[in-house]
Parts: sequence; C-alpha cells; structure tokens
Amino acid sequence: MNYQDSFRDKELVQGLARRIAELTRGRKKPLVFMEVCGTHTMAIYQYGLRSLLPPEVKLISGPGCPVCVTPNGYLDRAIALSRLPDLTITTFGDMLRVPGSSSSLMEERAKGADIRVVYSPLDAVRIAAANPAKRVVFLGVGFETTAPTVAGSILAAKAQGLSNYFVLASHKTMPQPMAILSADPDLSVDGYICPAHVSAIIGADAYRFLCAEYQVPCVVTGFEPTDVMQGVEMLARQALQGESRVEIQYSRVVRWEGNAKAQGLLAEVFTPFDAPWRGIGVLPGSGLRIADAYGEFDAELALPVQVEELKEHQGCLCGEILKGKVAPGDCPLFGGKCTPESPVGACMVSSEGTCAAAFKYGR
Amino acid sequence: MNDDLILLGHGSGGKLSHQLLDELIIPNLSGVPAAGQNDAALLNIGGVKLAFTTDSYVVDPIFFPGGNIGDLAVNGTVNDLAMMGARPLCLSVGFILEEGFLKSELARIVISMREAADAAGVAIVTGDTKVVPRGKGDRIFINTSGIGAVEHSLSINGAAARVGDKVIVNGCIGDHGIAVLSAREGLEIDSGIKSDSAPLNGLVTELLPLGDALHVLRDPTRGGVATTLKEIALQSGVTVKLSEENLPVNAGVKGVCSILGLDPLYVANEGKLLALVAPERAGEALAIMRRHPLGKDAAVIGEVTESSAGRVVMETMVGGVRGVEMLAGEQLPRIC
Repeated sequence: MNYQDSFRDKELVQGLARRIAELTRGRKKPLVFMEVCGTHTMAIYQYGLRSLLPPEVKLISGPGCPVCVTPNGYLDRAIALSRLPDLTITTFGDMLRVPGSSSSLMEERAKGADIRVVYSPLDAVRIAAANPAKRVVFLGVGFETTAPTVAGSILAAKAQGLSNYFVLASHKTMPQPMAILSADPDLSVDGYICPAHVSAIIGADAYRFLCAEYQVPCVVTGFEPTDVMQGVEMLARQALQGESRVEIQYSRVVRWEGNAKAQGLLAEVFTPFDAPWRGIGVLPGSGLRIADAYGEFDAELALPVQVEELKEHQGCLCGEILKGKVAPGDCPLFGGKCTPESPVGACMVSSEGTCAAAFKYGR
Repeated sequence: MNDDLILLGHGSGGKLSHQLLDELIIPNLSGVPAAGQNDAALLNIGGVKLAFTTDSYVVDPIFFPGGNIGDLAVNGTVNDLAMMGARPLCLSVGFILEEGFLKSELARIVISMREAADAAGVAIVTGDTKVVPRGKGDRIFINTSGIGAVEHSLSINGAAARVGDKVIVNGCIGDHGIAVLSAREGLEIDSGIKSDSAPLNGLVTELLPLGDALHVLRDPTRGGVATTLKEIALQSGVTVKLSEENLPVNAGVKGVCSILGLDPLYVANEGKLLALVAPERAGEALAIMRRHPLGKDAAVIGEVTESSAGRVVMETMVGGVRGVEMLAGEQLPRIC
C-alpha cells in the first residue's frame, strides 16, 4: 500500500461510516453539512461517499467551484478581449465552456480567436515573453489557492520587463460567502467541511469568526475519502454536543496561521474589493483585484473594450444550487436543456461544479 | 449556446461525437448501418465475410513515449478489425502533410508504420499523399483503412452483452492518454509512462476458441473504459457494474491523474481491449489473456447485472456506489 492508498482504505472508511451511523442513530432531523470546495464535491461523488452515510447525515454543496461563481459579465469581458487583434487569451481549461451572455470562449476559439489552455499562469508569462508582438491575457479566476500563483506571474512579468502580459482578475476569497450563508434564515447548515487547499493558504484561524458569530462547527478537511469521512464524524460530534469550534482534520497540510509567504504575495499584488458572485450577488470585500501599483498588468484597465449587455440565463437555478438551497436534480433544466456538453449554468461546466459532478457520478 | 459550430469536443469520442454521428452524419449518408457503433462494418461480398474500417490520426505531439502517430495509425486500425473478431489482412494509408514538415520526421513515422504492420502481420497495400500550405494543417495527419477476414460464425458486437457476463480488460488502463499528455508542450511531466499502443489481433486470435461465450470485444480508445462500457450498456440494453478495486491502473498513471484531476476511467488506451464473456468461460478467458504478452495484467473488472437501463455503475474502492457516464466534451484533446 502506498502513501496515497492508505487514505483510501476500505476498512477505515467503512469503520468511520459505522461510527457516524452510531453517533447519529435515531435523530429525527438530519444533520446538514456543507462542503464549500469543488474538490470536496468531486471527491464525495467520485468515491460514492453519500451512499455510505446514514439518512441522518446529509451533505450539500456550496459555492466552492471558482468557475461556477464567476459571473457572466466577466466571461463577456474575456470574450470581448479575445476578439481584439493580436491578442492571446490564456486560461485554465474549465473556463472554455462557461457560457457568457451570448457566447463562450470555446465558440470564440472555433471562430478563430487565439485562446490557449495553460496549466500554470507562469506558462502564460512564457507565451508573452516568446511573442512580443502579441498581447497575452491570463484569466485569473479561483480562490486563495490559485491567486498566489497569479500574483507570482505578475511579479515574474515585471521582473522580466514584459509590457505585453495582462491578467483579467476575478479572484474570490472564501470566508465571506460562508458568513452570508450562515446568516441566511432559509438555510440551516449544521457544520462546514472547510476547504483544504484554501485553508493551507489562509490558515484555519480564518474560520473562527464563523463559530463565534453563527455558532456553526467548522472542520478543515482533506480530500481523500478517509479525510472526508473523518471530517464528517468530527462535525457530527460537535453538532450533537452543541459545540461550535474550528478543528483541523487535515493537519498534515494545514496550519492555524496558514502560509505567510503566499499571504504576503496576495497582499503585495492584490487589493480586496466588493466582488460579484454568480447567483449570489455582490459580497463586500470578497474579491481580489490587482493593486494600483501593478495597474499596468490589469487587463480591465490597460485593455479597454466594449462589453456586450449582460443577459442572465432564464430558468437556471445555479444561484440557489450554489447556496445549497436546491439540489441539482431539482433544477428543471438539469440533464435536459443543461448538460455538460451544452451547459446553461456554470455549475454544469466545471468538473468541480455541483451539477456536473451530480450528472457524471450521481445518476 | 450556439450549436452551429464544430467544436473540439465533437472529436473527443464522447457524447458530442455520438450526437454528431447520430444527428448529422448517419442520417445524411445512405447505406450506413443504424447507430454505426461497432469498430468496423461487416460485409458479405460474394459469400466472403469481411470487416472494413477506417480511422484518422491527429495526435499531438506526434512523437510520444512508447510510439508515434505512425505506429498508432497502424495499430488503431488493426485493433478496430480485431474487435470484430476479424483477421486483419491489409491496410491503406493516407498522409496529409503540412508544407515545411521535415522529411526526416516523415521517414521515422513511415518506418515505424512498416514495423507495426510487420508486427501485426498485415500489409500496407495502397495509399495517398497530399500536402497542404503551411498553416493549413498541423504537421501531419494520417488516415488508415483496413480490411480483415471474418473466419468464424460468431456474433461478436456491442449489442451482444448478456446478464452474468464478466467484463475483462487485458491490462492497466490510461497509459496511452497519460503518455501523450505528459509529452505535451507546457506540461512535460516525467511520468515514466509509455503508451500501450500495440496490435491486439494476436490476443484476439487466442480468445476466439471461446466460441459463443465471447460476446463483446471493444478497444477503449478515446473516451476511455467508461465511455466504451456506457456504449456497450446502451447498445445491449444492460447494466454493467464495475469494481474500482479491481481496475488495473499503473501507479504513475494514478499519480498524474491525481495531480491533474483526471479520472483514469476516461483516459484513452491504444493497446487495451474489453471482453465481455459468459461467466462459465470467464476464468478461461482471463487465463488466456494472462498467458499472452499483451495480457499479463488482465483482470475481471466488473459484470453485467441487469437486462435493462443502459447504465454503468461502479462500486468505488471504499465501498460506495456511483454512476459512470460517457465522457462529456474533451478531457484530453487530440490523443489518437
């Protein structure tokens, strides 16, 4: 058994499932735990973990997929940029299929736009350095996990003296939407499975205010099946004992204080702003835009472009799904008008999206 | 969304490819058998039973660990014939070359095609070469067509799966897709994984004595094992239950998939086959495979559990159960 396999041990996982069942047996109202990270959503579906949990425990998905929470307007701006001459869009693959108001980057690529999938923002910097006659824009989406590497790419471009590298930044930060959801009277969450990668950057201390203000248990949990199941067990214990504190299940990676170097990069290159979240609205201080000192790299400032009028997709329940109020199968478009090949809403686009995971693994 | 455009996903071998075939191509061509979901057409010409197939190769990069676009083009077409239980006889080859392509690279590709053909025991008997202006192609595209002799009366096809059948794969899955991906510009992961590109006709010859117990043969290329099994489940109207614990996957493939967030079930293979065999002969089929050099890691990975629904489900390695769908869109573009 290798290191990775030891976290996927069947006996351990089933033992945890039995303990959770014993803990919660006979409970009339199910305990509802929300995961707010797309990778958790994927892991829960991929390993079939829901099928191992008793009916007394319900897992719901929150706004944890960075592609899913990126609003139409951002896509529309990226699409408008892709139509400019001598301009290359570089992006992580998932963004290609996200529908904007009337097109998607994949359609623009099929029509001739120069849109390239990269695996790291530093690849985008390399493309810019190798093509001085082109303007290269990287689509900077993602939470605190990816934002430091994007900050690093801006510093690298500055160090190389590049004047043709830009970032269209729409980074989001995690704790704020959890506070909004905790305050929502229509939603009753008994505990959060806190994101692993994000927490490695921001530290587990970042969730303490949620426990204090909203009395909701928080457990920072890893992505392997034993991690998730142990995280659920820890949440169940807290919830049943009426406690609300932050615990770290993923102690092999996450520290209370987080990663100071990455936090320093974020503070240097970005500045907080009131960011729009698809389906949720504008959340104060929940986004990261490029700081004024690095404005020359900000695609929004440096490359003015006419963006089409915003159109929202009718009938799509992405917003409610992102808030955990509606399950994917309850959306009238799910699996019919909205499929991974032809997504209407963003939750169906990214492999980390709640609807995409439910479509792929849940049926 | 605008559905007027051909997108890369239409070539992924997954759902979009099926939609394109079923909605646009097949209805507008006469003489194509319904659904056209088998790897080759079966023809009866003057009392002689033949299998006929064609495939095009646009892989990027054209050289990758374990092979290149040339041997891939030979092995892929040989395997499409073998999956009908046919003995491959001869191939054609069509080259589309981009102006500026190096002759030395073409020579390497052609030589490896000859070597692959020799290894499979087939002859390349006819062909065609076209050159397109620079920028109008991508270095080299290859089309191969093949004819094979069907020398048995078995009905091996995707609609022949029955309840109780065991699903057997001849070795580790995902090697080809990960080898190609690892070699791609911008990634260049030193995974140590080589493509499994290989001719499977020899292995199929060993399996044919199983006779009526051999129901389905299919090579899980684009779209991987998941998409291929879903196709078989739909064609046969059965439910297939997979066991994740029994899926053979190399540690290197697992590692790269884990880093990139890919599922080995959807990654392409070029030297693997899925055999659905009646339960009473499944042990024998497994033993035959394991004696063959291309089947030493063969494993029973699942079984047909119900005679309805067209579903594939999987018992996960931790004992949970989940559904398995076709590849949606593109997971790894242009891998075969």
